[in-house]
Amino acid sequence: MAGLKGSAVNCRSRVWRARVRFAAAALCSLLVLGAHAHEAQPAPTVDAMAWRVKACSACHGDQGRATPEGYFPRLAGKPADYLFRQMQNFRDGRRHHAPMAYLLAHLTDDYLREMAGYFAQREVPYPPPLAAQAPAPVLAQGHALVLQGDAARGLPACVACHGAAMTGVLPAVPGLLGLSRDYLNSQLGAWRTGARHAQAPDCMAAIAQKLSVHEVGAISAWLAAQPVPQGGKPLAQLPRVAPLACAGLAADHKETR
Amino acid sequence: MKARLIHWLLALVVLVLAGLAAVAWLNLRGEDAAQQLLRAPGAALAPAPQAVLEKGAYLARAGNCMGCHTAQGGAAYAGGRGVETPFGVVYAPNLTPDAETGLGRWTADAFWRALHHGRSADGRLLYPAFPYPQYTRVLREDADALFAYLQSLAPVRAPARPHQLEFPFNTQAALAVWRALYFRAGEWQPAADAPPEWNRGAYLVQGLGHCAACHSARNRWGGSIEEGLLLGGALEGWHAPALGGRQMAQQDLVRLLQTGVAPTASATGPMAEVVFSSTQYLAPADLQAMAVYLQTLPAPPAPSVALARASDALLGEKVYTAHCAQCHGEQGEGRPGAFGALAGNHAVTLDDSSNVVRMVLQGGYPPATAGNPRPHGMPPFSHQLSDAEIAAVSSFVRQSWGNMAPAVGTIEVYRAREKRRP
Repeated sequence: MAGLKGSAVNCRSRVWRARVRFAAAALCSLLVLGAHAHEAQPAPTVDAMAWRVKACSACHGDQGRATPEGYFPRLAGKPADYLFRQMQNFRDGRRHHAPMAYLLAHLTDDYLREMAGYFAQREVPYPPPLAAQAPAPVLAQGHALVLQGDAARGLPACVACHGAAMTGVLPAVPGLLGLSRDYLNSQLGAWRTGARHAQAPDCMAAIAQKLSVHEVGAISAWLAAQPVPQGGKPLAQLPRVAPLACAGLAADHKETR
Repeated sequence: MKARLIHWLLALVVLVLAGLAAVAWLNLRGEDAAQQLLRAPGAALAPAPQAVLEKGAYLARAGNCMGCHTAQGGAAYAGGRGVETPFGVVYAPNLTPDAETGLGRWTADAFWRALHHGRSADGRLLYPAFPYPQYTRVLREDADALFAYLQSLAPVRAPARPHQLEFPFNTQAALAVWRALYFRAGEWQPAADAPPEWNRGAYLVQGLGHCAACHSARNRWGGSIEEGLLLGGALEGWHAPALGGRQMAQQDLVRLLQTGVAPTASATGPMAEVVFSSTQYLAPADLQAMAVYLQTLPAPPAPSVALARASDALLGEKVYTAHCAQCHGEQGEGRPGAFGALAGNHAVTLDDSSNVVRMVLQGGYPPATAGNPRPHGMPPFSHQLSDAEIAAVSSFVRQSWGNMAPAVGTIEVYRAREKRRP
C-alpha cells in the first residue's frame, strides 16, 4: 500500500510528469485508480481541520473518540450545534473548565462552528461500555428515571428529549451514551448546583435541580453501562412534542463574536 | 526635660505634616483647578461628529480598553474583569454611559483627569492596574475622542465589583504614597529630530498601547523599572519578553501584531488577547510605525545565566518523541504555516523559561484574526505529564538542535502550576 501511495505522489510531481513517457503515465494513473479503489486515504495536509484541532485530541482522543474509561467526553458524532454551544459556553463562562476556557478564549464563533462541524461528522466506532459499577437496586432506580422519569415530581424521562435510543436529537440535544460515569455525574451535579448553564431556556437546570444526589448517581451509573446502538447517530427530530421548552431543541440563535 | 520632649514632638508633628503635604502636592500637581467633573442628572452631551466617534473607536482598540473592561462573556466595556496584581485583584469598572454605575454623568474633563492624572470623577486616586502611568501621554484631543466614543455606547447597568486587596494596599493613603514615588503626569513630546513615523510609533507604544505595563520589569512595590526601554517583565506567570532591537524582520513584527502569527513567532498567553482585541484592528501604517519605533530600542542584553544542563535528557527526548514530534518535527523544525519550529525559536530559548513551561502546561491557540482566522493550536499537557516530565521536555527543547538555554527544574514547573513566585 505504501508503494501505491508513493506512486500517486510521484504522479503529481511536475518534474516527473515532464520527463515521463505517455505509456508510463497511463500505467501510473491506473495505479492511482487502484489506490483509490482500495480506499487509501492520503494523509491530510497540515491545512486540514484534522491538524487544526490537534489541540483537542490530547484529552478528547484522536478525532474526538474518547472512551468511557477516562473523564473527558467523546466529541465524535455529537450534534454540531450542541458542540458549538458548549464551546461558546466554556469561552463565555456559562460552563466552567479552566483549560477549555483558556484554549477557546480568542477563537471566533465562525471557527468554533467549523470545529464543531468537524467533530460532528466523525464516524468513529463506539467501544463497548464498561461493566456496571453500582448495585442492582441503584441501577434499577437509574433505569426507571431515564426511561420513565417521575411524573409526580414533574420530572420528565431522559428519553423524552434525548431520544428513545438516547443518541441525541438535532440540532443541539446531546446523546447520553458512550460517556463515563464520572463525566455524567459531574455534569448533572454541576447543573444541580448552578455551575453549568446552557443557553436559555435552560431546561436541564430545571430538571437537575429536582434530582437528589443519589438519583444523579443512579442515572449516571445506569447510563454509563449501556451499549451505544449501531452508529449512535442523533435523531433528526423528536417523534413527540418535548415536555419542556428547551434551547437544545431550537435552532441556533445567533450570538456573534 | 519635659520642654525637650515637647520640642521633639512638635518637630515630629511638623515633619509628618510636611510629609503629608508633600505627598498631597505630588499627587495633585499639574491638575487644572475649577473643572466640572459631573454633569447634572439627565444632562445630555452634545452628539459628537461621526469622524470623532470613529477615531474614538479606533483609539479604544489601540488602548485595548475592552480587554480589561469586559468580563468573560459579559457586555463589552461594562467592566467586571479582575486584573491580577502581586497586591491582589483589581476589578475594572463599567465604562458604558450608565448614569449610576458607568460614566453616564462624567464630563470630558473628568475623563481626561482619569486618563492623565489617574483620578476618578469623585476624586479617588485610581489603582495603576489602570495603566494611567502610560495613558498620561495620550493627547487631550485623543482622550476627548475616546470619551465621545464611550459615551456613544449603549448604557449597561453593571455596578463595580470591590477590589480584593490586602491592607495597606487597599487604602488611598498607600496609593497616594505610591503615586508620589512612581507616578508623574506627563505630556507627550515628539522628538524633533526623528521622522513622523517613528514619533507616531513611539506615541502609540508609550501611550495607549501601554506596552510597558507588561514588557517592563517592576520593583517590589510595583513601580516600573526603566519603563521606556521595554526590557521585559513578568505577568500572571508569563514572561513578557524584551521588545527592542531587531529580533525579527520588521514585516514579521507587523505580521505578528496584525495576525497573531509570524514565521518565527506566535502570540500566546496574555499577548494573544492583545492581538485578538487590539492590534489586529490597527491600521498597517500604525503597526509599521510601532515596529519601526520598537526596533530602535536597545536590544536585550545577551544571556547572563550560567547554562545548567538538563539532568534527565533521556526522559526529555522520550516525552518529546511521544507527545511533541508529530507537530513540531523530529528535529524541532515545525510545520510551516501550522506549528512553530522549536529549533532556533526565540521564545523557547529566552533566559526566563516561564513561557515554555506555560505552553506545555496550558497549550493554547493563537488568536483567530482576520489575517489568520483558523489558527492551529497546542493541547494542554498539565494533566498528562508530571512536573518532572514537563521539566525534562522543556529542558530538551531548550538544549537540542543548536538551542542553548538553561535547563528547567522540576521546582519551576511546580511553581508555574501553583502560580507561585520564586
